[in-house]
Amino acid sequence: MFDLTGKAALVTGASGGLGADIARALHESGATVGLSGTREDPLRALAEELGERAHVLPCNLGDSEALKALPKQAVEAMGSLDILVNNAGITRDQLMLRMSDDDWQAVLDVNLGAVAKLSQAVLRSMMKAKWGRIVNISSVVGAIGNPGQANYAAAKAGMVGFSKSLAQEVASRGITVNCVAPGFIATAMTDKLTDDQKTQLLNKIPVGRMGEADEVAAAVVYLASREASYVTGTTLHVNGGMAML
Amino acid sequence: MSDNDIEKRVRNKVVEHLGVEEEKVTENASFIDDLGADSLDTVELVMAFEEEFGIEIPDDAAENIQTFGDAVSYIKQAV
Repeated sequence: MFDLTGKAALVTGASGGLGADIARALHESGATVGLSGTREDPLRALAEELGERAHVLPCNLGDSEALKALPKQAVEAMGSLDILVNNAGITRDQLMLRMSDDDWQAVLDVNLGAVAKLSQAVLRSMMKAKWGRIVNISSVVGAIGNPGQANYAAAKAGMVGFSKSLAQEVASRGITVNCVAPGFIATAMTDKLTDDQKTQLLNKIPVGRMGEADEVAAAVVYLASREASYVTGTTLHVNGGMAML
Repeated sequence: MSDNDIEKRVRNKVVEHLGVEEEKVTENASFIDDLGADSLDTVELVMAFEEEFGIEIPDDAAENIQTFGDAVSYIKQAV
């Protein structure tokens, strides 16, 4: 599809279903990948599956020291850092009436705070290289909302505003900052939905099915490519038509 | 490293990064007002100084480096 040979990509949340497929797709396109996540076993398994050009970089993004160290570790392992994919995300679903301060803060910290900090940390080397790609994985929920996910939606919408601002700051240096906003994708996160919830959901999706992780990964590969150099500050919606934005 | 040497190397970096003529890089020349830098250029310049002299310039100090003279005097006391 697109050739990322010679580029080094760091993917957060690579121990999850979507992150793993994003890492696979970047790797398949020729990139060296740094696999970050909280659970080391799936990261190792994925690195073994990918073979060469794959590095395991475990990190709990809720831990600010670990977060700070991650970009440096990535550069040490891969030699450079050209592509950052902020994919890691958590949910702590709860109606707003009942949401604890912790549930709010944890989701904002990991899903938005870590995105800002990691992006900031990689800018220096990207500016020097006059080339860089930051791809942030948002969500359709950030655009249209979802009951029980006020914290998650706020973080995912915040990511869009963050990306647009950063995109304007660094556009002149060959660095693009974009979002991919998946709709409902078949992953462990959506497995938790009940059958009733799934049926209701499918009624709202013109394509008539849930998305697959590799369909989101393809959008990431595009935005990470040289060919996407004139695309910045945008959000690419991959949602089967459930929200045409 | 002599003071003259530092001045010369800083001037070279400024010329290289901002693409300006050497004569324009005077003591009071402001990177933004006189040498055509944008705010991102000033960040990059500081990064270039750090690399050139093997020093770390903290953000609060970097904010005060507005002119060529500012840069030279900061670096003189830092190296």
